[in-house]
Amino acid sequence: MDQLLPLVVVVPLLVAAAVTAFGPLLRSRRRLLDLAAILAAAAVAVMLCVIMVRTAGGDQVYWFGGFRPAHGVSIGIDFEVQPISAGLACLAAVLVTAAMTFSWRYFERVATYFQALMLTFLAGIVGFCLTGDLFDLFVWFELMGVSAYALTAYRPEERGPIQGALNFAITNSVGAYLSLSGIALIYGQTGALNMAQIGVAVAKHPADRLVVVAFLLVIAGLLIKSAIVPFHFWLADAHAVAPTPVCVLFSGVMVELGLYGIARVYWSVFGQALGHRAAISHVFLALGLLTAVTGAVFCFRERHIKRMLAFSTISHAGMFLIGIALLTPLGLAGAAVYVIGHGLVKAALFLCTGIVLHRLGSVNEPWLHGRGRPLRVTGVVFTLAGLGLADLPPFATFLGKGWIEASAGPWLIPVLIVCSSLAGGAVLRVAGGVFYGLGDRPTEDPQMAREAAEETSETAGGKNRTPLTMIVPPAILVVAAIVIGVIGQLGHFVQAAAVRFEDEAGYDATVLHGAHITHPVALSAAGPTAVTATDVLAGLGSVLGALIMAGLALYWRRLPLLRAYRPSASLAASARRFQSGVVNDYITWVVIGLACLGGVFAFVIRLAGSVPPASDLTPRASRISHASPLLPAPSHNVVTTTRL
Amino acid sequence: MQVFPFIVVAWILAVGLYGVVTSRHLVHQIICLIVVQSSTYVLLLGVGYVTGAVAPYFFDVPNHTPAVDPVVQACALTDVVVEAAVTALLLSFAIQAYKRFGTLDPQELAALKG
Repeated sequence: MDQLLPLVVVVPLLVAAAVTAFGPLLRSRRRLLDLAAILAAAAVAVMLCVIMVRTAGGDQVYWFGGFRPAHGVSIGIDFEVQPISAGLACLAAVLVTAAMTFSWRYFERVATYFQALMLTFLAGIVGFCLTGDLFDLFVWFELMGVSAYALTAYRPEERGPIQGALNFAITNSVGAYLSLSGIALIYGQTGALNMAQIGVAVAKHPADRLVVVAFLLVIAGLLIKSAIVPFHFWLADAHAVAPTPVCVLFSGVMVELGLYGIARVYWSVFGQALGHRAAISHVFLALGLLTAVTGAVFCFRERHIKRMLAFSTISHAGMFLIGIALLTPLGLAGAAVYVIGHGLVKAALFLCTGIVLHRLGSVNEPWLHGRGRPLRVTGVVFTLAGLGLADLPPFATFLGKGWIEASAGPWLIPVLIVCSSLAGGAVLRVAGGVFYGLGDRPTEDPQMAREAAEETSETAGGKNRTPLTMIVPPAILVVAAIVIGVIGQLGHFVQAAAVRFEDEAGYDATVLHGAHITHPVALSAAGPTAVTATDVLAGLGSVLGALIMAGLALYWRRLPLLRAYRPSASLAASARRFQSGVVNDYITWVVIGLACLGGVFAFVIRLAGSVPPASDLTPRASRISHASPLLPAPSHNVVTTTRL
Repeated sequence: MQVFPFIVVAWILAVGLYGVVTSRHLVHQIICLIVVQSSTYVLLLGVGYVTGAVAPYFFDVPNHTPAVDPVVQACALTDVVVEAAVTALLLSFAIQAYKRFGTLDPQELAALKG
């Protein structure tokens, strides 16, 4: 029994409470509280790193209150830790530490509730990653969500943050409630809330309509959180207005957590019961492709730097979803490494944007053109991170994308090259224009300029130099993204972790029967870990594409053929109509998207055949009245024995 | 318990979503969000309901008395707590929105577009 496991959520929650309680008392020694918060986040990162290394030899399970499962039936609540979940939580803790170090000098006054919210946010993320209980997944999801809504509106005296926070909160709340409905349905069907237990129970029968509907509802909230088109509209609003250190977490881990949640519930709960792996894989691949392309296109046309980075996150979320949707260990391993590399690089980009905002007071690309020349170090870090975003070898992003492509086959390579080129090209365009004054000043879009102008500096005074606490974190993050990409052992470790993650039977045995599985053999061995020439060519291709796109964007007015081209105003306007900033529209899209997804699921699963005769909700509902048809009731009470 | 609670759940969910989508007033919209969440209470309590059973506290009843499922009641309680936090936060945002924009119509908030 590893006592470290509960500590990783207890420490941030306790420190958050302490910081809030002592905040008013220690007003003059505020730095003490800042330091305590940063140390707490760093401690969580170290603990999670230790846990991750330990899980390499087998999953770790912690039962709260010692309620261990008896005879394969669980009534307790557990943390089930695998290398991938611990790694994602560790990334979150590292980014929280970096963001809070950055905020040391960034905000004029850091209110104590900023640290408290960051720490509860961290606790929510860590709990979400580690939990093995489906209802707790919802609870951690909401803890994370509420902290995130409050952090978005950290500056409530401005207009943008309020509107962004409202859109974010309402859209994500609707998603969370849909997820909860799905959880309730699956509980009614199986009488279990533990993910392994539900997985065992639903796998006994072929999936009926109720299980499919429950799956759809559970992933609805997670799809919204992970900003998959058409559920993505809230993201650009929230990311553009949240304080820059908070954006680091939103882009770096929060979006990826939604995808992690989808993978978790698919492999530990619904995978075996749903069957039709090929059909489900295709549906999610299509969603991923749509998201990757849409995000990349919107990213390239954006001139508000934070919004641009937000759209690039949407594009990358699509690419991660592709990796997961391949349903292979190699694809999942690729997505995991890609998430880590992207998280570090994107965090560095946001922090550099924060420095630009701190020093120059704007995030509007046309206005900033050439004005970033004095920020030499920031420019170098930003450019390096931009190259990392375009998957330059040997960044971790390059490694992850290479594995996804190797798993998918050659058809995916051009698609990912185009997406990476657009997203990376937009960042390099900003780097070239703002920090080196290359090319022509882009034309101002009045609407975008107005929006960017609303983004005022979050600091005052001391603006003629960049404090070390602001430039060191992004530099370290970029270096970390390179270092992780060149670790030789990484390939074997992550792919073994992915095999373990997809080993549903092993997961059930570990949780319910206390099995200790050091090497899962249930699945075929993962693919090659060596970097092939094709990978390097694809990586260099996307970097080259990004450089070309950036160059075109900066110099197109000087090229003979393109000189006559005028950006189409009507096209831009029609694109803008979708991103309306009105939450009513976003919820409409959620409903439409969900209805389409449900229709597609019904269609492909029926097409794939082997569906049992349509069991209507009616007989199923009457079975629910006995609360637990498949399992002994997971109740702590004596009287429930009457129902067995 | 038969189909009826499920129909009620679907109805409450649909009404709530309709309200969120069509609302022209933030406070009204937040109330509609609460309606959406209310559907989850009914659903949770519905799946754990046993006809003719007693409440799940076992002090003065003979053994083998059927009881409704206490787990979903605990879940519903957690759900209520979540709702309280989210609603309080959203209403505070609505107050701020009124102060900054001078309106509570979500379609008139115009800080973010495009």
